[in-house]
Amino acid sequence: MIAAAGLAALATVCAVAAWRLTLARWTWRAPRTAILLWQSLGVTWGLASTGALLAYALEPYRQGVAYGLIDFLARLEYGVREPVDLLRLGALVAGLALLAVLVTLPMAAGAQTLRARHRHRVLLSLIARDEPAVPGVRVVDFPAAAAYCLPGLKSQVVISDGTLSLLSSAELEAVLAHESAHVRERHDLVLLPFAALRRALPWSKVVRDAQASVELLIEMAADDRARRQCCPRRLATALLRFGTAAALPTPQGALGASAATNVMARVNRLVGSDLTLPAHHRFLILAGSVVLATSAPLLWLIPG
Amino acid sequence: MKGLGELERIIMDILWARNTALTAREVGRLIEDRDLAPTTVMTVLDRLSRKGFLERTRDGRAWRYQPAASRDAYVAELMLEALDLTGDRDAALTRFARAVSGTEAEILRKALTELEEQ
Repeated sequence: MIAAAGLAALATVCAVAAWRLTLARWTWRAPRTAILLWQSLGVTWGLASTGALLAYALEPYRQGVAYGLIDFLARLEYGVREPVDLLRLGALVAGLALLAVLVTLPMAAGAQTLRARHRHRVLLSLIARDEPAVPGVRVVDFPAAAAYCLPGLKSQVVISDGTLSLLSSAELEAVLAHESAHVRERHDLVLLPFAALRRALPWSKVVRDAQASVELLIEMAADDRARRQCCPRRLATALLRFGTAAALPTPQGALGASAATNVMARVNRLVGSDLTLPAHHRFLILAGSVVLATSAPLLWLIPG
Repeated sequence: MKGLGELERIIMDILWARNTALTAREVGRLIEDRDLAPTTVMTVLDRLSRKGFLERTRDGRAWRYQPAASRDAYVAELMLEALDLTGDRDAALTRFARAVSGTEAEILRKALTELEEQ
């Protein structure tokens, strides 16, 4: 019963922590540490919630979740037959279903993302041109401001024609430094599981907020990297120019508002005084993430 | 010798620039690189048809090719995705920043003016 109770408690802790983390602001002062904490919370929550159900269902096996599950799947026969087993059987079905959902839906969503990227890449190869002024960057003839990184084995930085006329050369340099930070640090791989989970569970507010948080943290991490090479103030003015260059009608309401808040948050980080989280705080959070990420697998192995 | 990707691009540009469907021979004549083997042009046209970028119709013993959609349609598709305005097909790109409108844009515009004055 210890494993089941421990895993259930762990899942609850993760859910509450994720909810608190979507509201937290210290994350902006240490984006990389916060991203790690998010990853750790995600993995631990998945393992703990499925593990709690399975630990309860497989308790009569007395082998722990991992070996009990292997044993059960090998024989495909639920060994305990008593009248009171209906609850355990329900937990078994629920646990297996949740495990299947958490594994297959993000994988399917991930596959769709990769297909969309492939199509995007093929279209780019037919349409984008090279511009001598910005070597290594693909340029698309389009009046609105757009700058993004198309991730992949060979990631590409893409900007629109409109971006070239919108920004000064120092600002353009800052934007490109920001985008190559995405490429170098493979931020797309960080984003992929969160984006996939969001597509798999679109109705979940916590998942939606988590993905939005991680998206913003990745941008901040790229800003931090870019400011080492370029003037932070130019990056800030580039952000504001982008934010106000709405050549297309933008989505109304909450999305627009949060987009503006995000832009202002990033600008304030760039032009404000340096407010990096103290190293010992970051270390504590890092240690917490590691403990969290190892606790769930350990509880999967505890018998009974 | 140009790579296949580069040739695909050149051939699409030729077909987009003309309103009529062209045969492989006609396309070959319009390519500046005269050393190109006619079979190479045919291969590329065939690849582009299989990918769905060209439509082909029989004309006697030859095929005539024309773009399945306009260049602008593809540019729009790319940029809608780049600006995160598509609902279903999300390539989860990392975008520099989103544009906003209305009162939100006003706040950003004011911040920009302040920063530029300093």
